[in-house]
Amino acid sequence: MASRTPFYILVSLLFFAGLALTLHRHIAFDIPWFPGEQRQTWSIEAKVDFEANGEPVTASLAIPNTQPGFTQLNQQTASPGYGLSFVEGKGGTYAQWSIRQANGNQSLYYKVDMLLDPFAIPAEQEPVANVKPHVEKEPYATAAQMILDRATERSSSHYTLARELIHEFNNQEQTAELLVQVKPKTIWIAQLLQEAGVPARRIHALYLEDGRRRQSLIEYIQVFDGENYEVFNPETGEQGQAQNMLLWQYHSGPVLEVVGAINAQVTFSMISQEQPFNIALNQKFADNEWLNFSLYTLPLEEQAIFKGILLIPVGVLIVVLMRILIGIKTSGTFMPVLIAMAFIQTSLTTGLIGFLLIVGVGLMIRSYLSYLNLLLVARISAVIIMVIGMIAFFSIVAYKFGLTEGMKITFFPMIILAWTIERMSILWEEEGAKQVMIQGGGSLLVAILAYLAMNLDWIRHLTFNFMGIQLILMAITLVAGSYTGYRLLELKRFKPLTKLDKS
Amino acid sequence: MNAPAKKMTWFQALRERYAHPNALSKIGVLGMNRRNVSYISRYNPRHLFPLVDDKLKTKELALEAGLKVPNLIGVISEQHAVKNLSAILQRCSSGFCIKPAHGSGGKGILIITRQSEEGYRKSNGQIATIADLERHVSNILAGLFSLGGRTDVAIIEDLIHFDDCFSGFSYEGVPDTRVIVFRGFPVMAMMRLSTADSNGKANLHQGAVGVGLNIGDGRALRAVQFDKPILLHPDTGLNMMTLKVPHWEEVLNLAVSCYEMSGLGYLGTDIVLDRFKGPMLLELNARPGLTIQIANGKGLLPRLRHIESLSHKKKMSAVDRVAYTREHFTDHY
Repeated sequence: MASRTPFYILVSLLFFAGLALTLHRHIAFDIPWFPGEQRQTWSIEAKVDFEANGEPVTASLAIPNTQPGFTQLNQQTASPGYGLSFVEGKGGTYAQWSIRQANGNQSLYYKVDMLLDPFAIPAEQEPVANVKPHVEKEPYATAAQMILDRATERSSSHYTLARELIHEFNNQEQTAELLVQVKPKTIWIAQLLQEAGVPARRIHALYLEDGRRRQSLIEYIQVFDGENYEVFNPETGEQGQAQNMLLWQYHSGPVLEVVGAINAQVTFSMISQEQPFNIALNQKFADNEWLNFSLYTLPLEEQAIFKGILLIPVGVLIVVLMRILIGIKTSGTFMPVLIAMAFIQTSLTTGLIGFLLIVGVGLMIRSYLSYLNLLLVARISAVIIMVIGMIAFFSIVAYKFGLTEGMKITFFPMIILAWTIERMSILWEEEGAKQVMIQGGGSLLVAILAYLAMNLDWIRHLTFNFMGIQLILMAITLVAGSYTGYRLLELKRFKPLTKLDKS
Repeated sequence: MNAPAKKMTWFQALRERYAHPNALSKIGVLGMNRRNVSYISRYNPRHLFPLVDDKLKTKELALEAGLKVPNLIGVISEQHAVKNLSAILQRCSSGFCIKPAHGSGGKGILIITRQSEEGYRKSNGQIATIADLERHVSNILAGLFSLGGRTDVAIIEDLIHFDDCFSGFSYEGVPDTRVIVFRGFPVMAMMRLSTADSNGKANLHQGAVGVGLNIGDGRALRAVQFDKPILLHPDTGLNMMTLKVPHWEEVLNLAVSCYEMSGLGYLGTDIVLDRFKGPMLLELNARPGLTIQIANGKGLLPRLRHIESLSHKKKMSAVDRVAYTREHFTDHY
């Protein structure tokens, strides 16, 4: 006998590969084990107001992208009469509205949904452009240098320098006041950090709190240390980014730029929402993440098809187990799986009634066909046509009686039904009604079990989201294929032998 | 108080109806899964299956090997040749039998005991017309009786004149002897007798009587119908224990030579006894059923393992193998 070791190695490889893939998807992509889990998303609306005075207007609003902690889902704008485009610029992404002529108060809306997502995959962070050193006028140059020197003395690294710089601005109040006359504190801090060779920039962040309206952006200092960065509060020197802090503009550019109008300002309102994770994931993967091999990257219609296809192995496994472990006879090996798939479309009761109706009436008509003495292919074809006729007839009857459920009968695979009728009919002629009941009942039982398994939300969720499950199913099937023990029904069949032994 | 008692009876009922797996393996009962994995797929090379699945090929092979088979009257392989049926039937004077080459489980076998002016007399006494026979042949050609419904060939062969010693044991049909041959050793045998319940068919699950045969001398060990032991034939009332297959040595030799002929390690051979010609090979089966164990009242595994444990080195001749099994597997009672 050939060694079974390679077989068991293969099976365990499949099993553990499947398990690892599954765990990887759970951990790396945050896909939950159970369906119906919710994910928090934020809907943030930016409202741009300005006063136009009849000139052509161009308004550019910086908009946020996927960033650590947040994944951008979908975005919408509302701006009647305005042309709109999304512009990728050096200073990040902009929503750009334009109009030839506008008068009076104008309001433009931009809405974005951000998924609270610890596993967000942000686009590459742009390094801070090296700003040419500003030559400041006196006395500002000296004042700034004084603050920087002091901070440099008391610091040891990029981050500590940033923190000390902010502290110095707070400590040396008079110097700070002098500097702020020329430009805002945050610009000074970013500029001084740059001068000291520390990549840093001014960014605009938004605090997310449910139901807040008319919020505005808060300025922060972003300091880089190689690949990493830290965010500093320019008022307190506090380091770190709160979980509900969304970076709105972090590309050193302006937040809002309006040409051709006055009194432009932007305000924000936001609400928090709970969304089923799959809707959130669908939106997350809607943008082609080709690196990320996932069914969520497919269009919705194809996703629906795959949902069905990926369930088939579960049904097939049920058939395998029923035959190998229990020993149930079915007519047509995998016919029960196909019937179960039809049940999924029709719901169980409707499906059962429809199936019994069609097969029952089909058997009656088929018994007449057997008198006609036809060749096999022609007879099967006749049965197929007959099945189609019956389905049409029952659909119309059901519709006339107002039973819309009855229309679902069309979901049954017609060729399979025809073969089922043909097989049952031959079985009836040769072995009698009892065998028809046994095999037909066995097929239906397996079909119902397969349906119950395939219709479980949890199983649908697992097979669709975790490709690794398919490998695990494969491993189980292989193991079942080498099972040499008794089938359950054999325990009953061979019972007389044990009695004999005792007597 | 009632609940545990009720549970007990439920459990007892279960134990009454189902055997414990350990109990079965103690007797050495061969299960379907083990038969498929450890015997059929290991000892029966797939490419040899067509030889036994096609009765026509089996017949040719047997004739080549010099084994006795029922005489072939004719073959109809095309739909348009069906009209030649009556011409073919002219060749034989008495009874004949029409069967599909790929039939399984005795499906599609039509037995005509006598042909006369009034028509063709079927084994159950009904008279069939030539049109009935042509319809049957055309059904066979269309694949009605073959596995998977593929197109088939109809074989017409001489009727077996079964041995008088079986009269009274079989109702209508032809009794046949099934011998399981494992690597050339006959390991277990039974006789299948048709009854009124089985409509003259020799299928055990349709109500035929299975008689376990002592491999040593061909005597009946026990008889079962519907998996239950019986003593008397349900139709004729004959004591089944008086059954003894004549020419037993010849039957075993015939069965064993099928191993050399087919190359299949785990083989079911169906043998009939003709009054004039002696034992003849009816058909071979590469997937023999497990009911033979019930008919014999014992499991196949101990004998199969015994044969497996024999040394491969010394090749035994067919006669030696028969002698070996008759010595080792004889039931003493």
